[in-house]
Amino acid sequence: MEEPRSPQPPAWAQRFVEWYCKPGLVEDLTGDLHEYFERNVRSVGPRRAKLIYIIDAFKFFRTYTVRKPTLVNFFINWIMIGSYFKTSGRSLMRNKLFSSINIVGLAISMSVGLLLIAFVLDLRSYDRFHKQGERIYRITSVATFKGAQGGKFASTSLKTGKLIREKVSGFEEVAILRNDFTQDARVGDHVLPIKGFWAEPSLFRVFTFPMLEGNPDTALKDPYSVVLTETAARKLFGSEDALGKVIKFDTLDYQVTGVMQDVPFFSHINFEALVSLSTAEQLNRNDQNFEKWTSMFSNSVYLLLPPTADITAIQSQLDALAKEENLAEENTKIQLELLPLYDIVVGENLRSGSMSGSRGPHMPPIVLWILGGLAFVVILSACFNYTNLSIARAMRRFKEIGLRKAIGARKSQVWQQFLTEAIMISLAALLLSFFLFLVLRPQLINLAPEMQRTVKLDLTPSMVAAFIVFSVTVGVMAGLVPALFFSKVSAIQALRNVSKVKAFKHGTFRRTLVVIQYTVTLIFITTTVVGYVQYKNILAFDLGYTTENILNINMQGNKPDVLMKELSEMPEVTALSRSLIVTSVGNAWGGYMKYKDSRDSALVMTNNVDENYLPLHGYKLIAGGNFRARPTTASDAHEIIVNQQFLKRFNISASDPEKAIGEEITFSNFKMNDHKMTIVGVMKDFHYGKIENLIEPVAFTFWTPENGAIINAKIQSTDLLATMDKIESTWKKIDRVHPLKAKFYEEAIEEAYSEFSTMIKIIGFLSFLAISIASMGLFGMVVFTTETRLKEIGIRKVMGASDGSLVYLLSRGFLVLLSVSALIALPATYLLFENFVLRNFPYHTPVQIGELFAGLLAVLLIAFVMIGSQTMKAARSNPVKVLKSE
Amino acid sequence: MKGTNLGEFEELVLLTVAALMEEAYSVAICDELTEQTGRSVKLGVVHAVLNRLEEKGLVKSELGEATKVRGGKRKRFYQLTIPGKAALVSAKSMRDQLWDRIPSLVWKKA
Repeated sequence: MEEPRSPQPPAWAQRFVEWYCKPGLVEDLTGDLHEYFERNVRSVGPRRAKLIYIIDAFKFFRTYTVRKPTLVNFFINWIMIGSYFKTSGRSLMRNKLFSSINIVGLAISMSVGLLLIAFVLDLRSYDRFHKQGERIYRITSVATFKGAQGGKFASTSLKTGKLIREKVSGFEEVAILRNDFTQDARVGDHVLPIKGFWAEPSLFRVFTFPMLEGNPDTALKDPYSVVLTETAARKLFGSEDALGKVIKFDTLDYQVTGVMQDVPFFSHINFEALVSLSTAEQLNRNDQNFEKWTSMFSNSVYLLLPPTADITAIQSQLDALAKEENLAEENTKIQLELLPLYDIVVGENLRSGSMSGSRGPHMPPIVLWILGGLAFVVILSACFNYTNLSIARAMRRFKEIGLRKAIGARKSQVWQQFLTEAIMISLAALLLSFFLFLVLRPQLINLAPEMQRTVKLDLTPSMVAAFIVFSVTVGVMAGLVPALFFSKVSAIQALRNVSKVKAFKHGTFRRTLVVIQYTVTLIFITTTVVGYVQYKNILAFDLGYTTENILNINMQGNKPDVLMKELSEMPEVTALSRSLIVTSVGNAWGGYMKYKDSRDSALVMTNNVDENYLPLHGYKLIAGGNFRARPTTASDAHEIIVNQQFLKRFNISASDPEKAIGEEITFSNFKMNDHKMTIVGVMKDFHYGKIENLIEPVAFTFWTPENGAIINAKIQSTDLLATMDKIESTWKKIDRVHPLKAKFYEEAIEEAYSEFSTMIKIIGFLSFLAISIASMGLFGMVVFTTETRLKEIGIRKVMGASDGSLVYLLSRGFLVLLSVSALIALPATYLLFENFVLRNFPYHTPVQIGELFAGLLAVLLIAFVMIGSQTMKAARSNPVKVLKSE
Repeated sequence: MKGTNLGEFEELVLLTVAALMEEAYSVAICDELTEQTGRSVKLGVVHAVLNRLEEKGLVKSELGEATKVRGGKRKRFYQLTIPGKAALVSAKSMRDQLWDRIPSLVWKKA
């Protein structure tokens, strides 16, 4: 020791001896070892000396040197925990204000955690009911289209399924599921819309969908057979036995060959009926595209692999298969991949084709991470409160700890006591937050319609267990810093003079916590305000045409003529038009177009509209005119109206749109090839897609009766409800089965951006929580500081200090902290929006400074009121009373 | 007390403690034993024996003054207790008696 360079025995061996050795023997034993070591260094050198030391350290491990077995300690600890509970309970009762601030704060923040846990557990319980779930994989297609956006799709072609069955080895079963069997089932006079899939018998071998009646091996074999779920069967046939009965879909008879158990809620495949895939094959006999390699938007293929499957071998077979098929294709390249069943609901965000390749609920993990992160921040804020207030109260507890230590409490016992206290608080908070959870649960579920379809948030045993584990974790998180802080206190210091304890002067830590808390809170609230303003801007965005008072009625397959006639007779309806789709809400329709250069084809978004559509929606024509011809079939329609982007894309005299009139375009889509069309009008650019997309080339062609229809009705009414009733009763005359599907254009736009409003609601709610938690914490701190400084205030008053100067004195520190957090939070929010969030919106409005300050003001106002009220109270206190005591 | 019977090595250790007087601590005892008996004596064994002797009440121990060597750790010094002395004395007298009983003839023959 006196020679700093002299070799030292291995520290870990020394610690090992100290760890196992009886406390009374530690000193002389390690001393002996040390002496031996030093002698050995001299005689045999440091290396061997170290080795001997280690050997001896182990040799000393004998019954008489080893401390009492840990079991006994453990037992003593258990007895001690009882005492910890008692003392913790007393301490909590003594400090009612602090305890309640901590419990309420933790409870509020924990309720968010509980909701998130329930949410995640629900999502993770998807598809777990399949007995062979771990071995089921879905085939996904990674497609690249020439001249258009590709991506990874959840769907694949029928051909893929069949090719796998023929050419791939090493799997147990393939099940092909074809999307969207959505038809009206007719049983006698009874009509009911039914949603389901086209499926094969192998479906029942891959998935666990128990059959109640009928044979699962044959039920989906023959064409025109249908398997109903129990509920669907009851809806259609009542109490009668459904098996063997006949249902009419369209004009064809289908036989019920099976009744199966209802599909569990937590299934990504959900249906009321399954119709044999062979039916689809019969119905599409003449469709050449039906079984094409590139018809990949409407089918799912699932593989059941054996338990010892070689995934890479199967993948390479799939690669080979895709390579061969791609050779024959010009415009599309498809690769196949395997996606485990359990990664479907919580997993990568897959694109869905126009026919919706991915079905059922879906949640990209990143969203869960973001939500988890936000919840964590809120919980952390409540933990900060706890930490802060416990350390602030330290002065009052120092004597207690000093005494404990003086009568022989070990360091570990002190921190155990403080952790117990924190965990007790968090368990108390759990009770409260559980009630909050019950209150908030329906709010969360009703937040968005998708939510209702995705989660139930029902309590399960594993959920309750997760709640308790979570609560204890939060308790440890909150109590860790105070526990370590207090366990370091030395008895002498604590008992001698509390105010001289060094650790107590470390206000920096607490101040840092307050700043972090307020920074987070401010970021939350400014984000909400800015996000809300941006959302409103999106809704009010000038799309390039008007959407005001336009009611879009989906004809749902009915011919629009009769309704058009009825509507036109209503005085409230001032104008009518027909279109194929509603634009600007995320719907898309399109085809490939070519100009003179036949090799340069591009995907162009389209809509089919009638001659009234442009004036009704106020589209601005900058050249040419509206449609003149009134064709009745798509192949007769040769007029096309395009936008400016279109001219730019094909380089058709963009500078002088007039010259574009009369130019010829070749149009191909899935219905027709190389259809010649002539430009008759040029529109000003407008937003066809949602506003996160750039303005694209768009072309309107004429709506013909073979198209599906949306009626766009301009409504001028003082009593909208009555008008809607009128329209609804008119609709009933036309279609008794399907309820009216009508939505005002603006409503539809609002719905299209519902994810934003949901996000804003969630962040808004979290920021509300963050504010209340931070406020409570600040309140506690203010009460505490003013209380501890009451004497000082008393003396200052006696010496003639004014109330105002005292308030300034007491609140100055807090105001500085708040300003610091504001200085961090505002630029942070600004940068967050300008650099990340709004990047995705090419047409956004810039963030206004005013919006940032609005949030800041709200938080600061609350803080000022709290600080002000408490400091005022202290400043006005009677110095006589304060100084008299003691 | 676990009886006063002394094992051979116990007796040696006890004797060394008595011989070393004020300087009787484990390492010194170990050295002394090595020197006197010529066999290699392990520190751990000495420790165990000292511990057993203490349990039997034949020695008592206390920690000495802090020293700078030994990593700042104090030495534990051992001292014979009265029963310890008695045990040594009785062991010696027992041997003496036995010695006395050996007729001188035996030695001569051998």
